[in-house]
Amino acid sequence: MLPANRLPVLAAAALGLMVAAIAVVAYVAPIDADQGLSQKIFYFHVPVALTAYAAFGWGAWKALRHLWRREPGADLESYVAIHLGVIFGVMTLLTGSIWAKISWGRWWVWSSDQLVLFLVLFLFYAAYFMLRFSVDPGPRRANLSAVYALFGVALIPVSFLAIRLSNDIIHPVVFKSSGPDMSGTMFFAFCLSWAAMLVLAATLYHVELAGKRLDQRLKELREVLVT
Amino acid sequence: MTAAEKYVAAAYLVVFVVVLAYVLIIATKLARLEREVAELTELAQARVERQPERKAVAIG
Repeated sequence: MLPANRLPVLAAAALGLMVAAIAVVAYVAPIDADQGLSQKIFYFHVPVALTAYAAFGWGAWKALRHLWRREPGADLESYVAIHLGVIFGVMTLLTGSIWAKISWGRWWVWSSDQLVLFLVLFLFYAAYFMLRFSVDPGPRRANLSAVYALFGVALIPVSFLAIRLSNDIIHPVVFKSSGPDMSGTMFFAFCLSWAAMLVLAATLYHVELAGKRLDQRLKELREVLVT
Repeated sequence: MTAAEKYVAAAYLVVFVVVLAYVLIIATKLARLEREVAELTELAQARVERQPERKAVAIG
């Protein structure tokens, strides 16, 4: 749990990194020789997608902690992480669609395994909420949600590796076994954007978690006062 | 403004709008929590006022 006085520091770091990332992408990163200006969508689209994977992974880790150690609060942390992962998933799909339109002339390409697998992953985690809210609050709901979150994490490496295994000719592969296929400045801009996204996600995670914990405590207090 | 510029701006705007919408939802939830805290404070005060005053008694 993050101390309350650290949250403004995290939020300020997110803002600073985001402003720096936008400035570097706009003024320092060179324009791609092949795709032109539209390639600059890459600096937000890919970090957003990787952050969504990280959030789902964190949610699965917390689900494992809940099932394995019965860690108090791990169920709530898992839920908040998956919620954030779905939000970043929405951003990934929207920014990807915009990039697809300018690059391929279509908003969506069903023949691309990378796109379809990400959509499957997104829908799988969107269904997590249907499962969670169809069960009454309590240990049963926490256990079912944790098992579901753990199943979903198996889709992350599948989604990530699909493009490399299926010889997808539509979706570009930037990170190869030989290293990133871009200049040093482009890679720096990408890393900065990814750091900004991760810190932004961490900030939103802690804000939402603090709100949910407060909500829980207020419910407990109400029960004490009303009885 | 070229087509590429429009699409790049739209992609960045999407991220901004989604994050802003998320912050707005969190702000709404915080406002609800604030109302609940005020309500519970009133409830606690009313409960304290209802309790009969205790008188000091000599022991021993």
